[in-house]
Amino acid sequence: MELTPQRFRVTRADLVRYAGASGDFNPIHWSDRFATGVGLPGVIAHGMLTMALAGRAVTQWAGSADAVVEYSVRFTRPVVVPDDDEGTEIEVTGVVKGTTEDGLTRIDVTAVCGGEKVLSQARALVRTSR
Amino acid sequence: MPMDPSLVGRSYPPGGTYLVGREKIREFAAAIGASDAVHHDPDAARKAGYPDVVAPPTFPVAVTMSSSERVISDPDLAIDYSRVVHGDQRFRYVRPVVAGDELVCTDTIEEIMSRGGHDFLTVRTEVAAAATGEPVVTVWMKLVVRGED
Repeated sequence: MELTPQRFRVTRADLVRYAGASGDFNPIHWSDRFATGVGLPGVIAHGMLTMALAGRAVTQWAGSADAVVEYSVRFTRPVVVPDDDEGTEIEVTGVVKGTTEDGLTRIDVTAVCGGEKVLSQARALVRTSR
Repeated sequence: MPMDPSLVGRSYPPGGTYLVGREKIREFAAAIGASDAVHHDPDAARKAGYPDVVAPPTFPVAVTMSSSERVISDPDLAIDYSRVVHGDQRFRYVRPVVAGDELVCTDTIEEIMSRGGHDFLTVRTEVAAAATGEPVVTVWMKLVVRGED
């Protein structure tokens, strides 16, 4: 079963806010000079911010903020965030892959930005009722 | 030089205690746009059966970051941090983290692998209640250390 796709906009302001909230102040997430100096196309989003946004889609689908029992992702490509008002957009889609022996629902998650997959092998196990 | 695989199994005992603050959870939830009431409103959290506001699923990284830095900066691993890329991340929860939790982290090197000129390091962090040792969440982080160009 396919779940309703969700879209998340990410701007430079979001990266600054996430840096402060998470404590991850790596300059590749706020300095173009530093990011391009290490070979990136520009400032990129924290992988963990992308994982958190996809996690919001998962909790939305599960219908409860505390339903997630297991959650894992692989970061495949950087999410480049331009220094403008629009930033970029991440689209998160999910497919229900069945139920485990413990009665948990398995959801396979895909996150795409600019036509490229930014998360792969992303999956969550959720409780569907408490 | 590839990472020394004999370091697999090395464990780093808990450092300090992390006290989870209500405002920190609210700040983290706001930063990821998670507006669900259980992240922000203690009454809503209590109605859902928790003692205080509930952290979003990826919040434990804010707790484990400083403990896993002990591993990354271990001189025996000799990691050049400028070549590090975050590869994989995984959480397995016993229960959600809530405000008021006092947590301790025990880190263990779970896997070291070299492939295609790159090194892969997986660190497992067991996050537990400081007072009782009750397990709360297990966090796995795989880092890729890119080889010399």
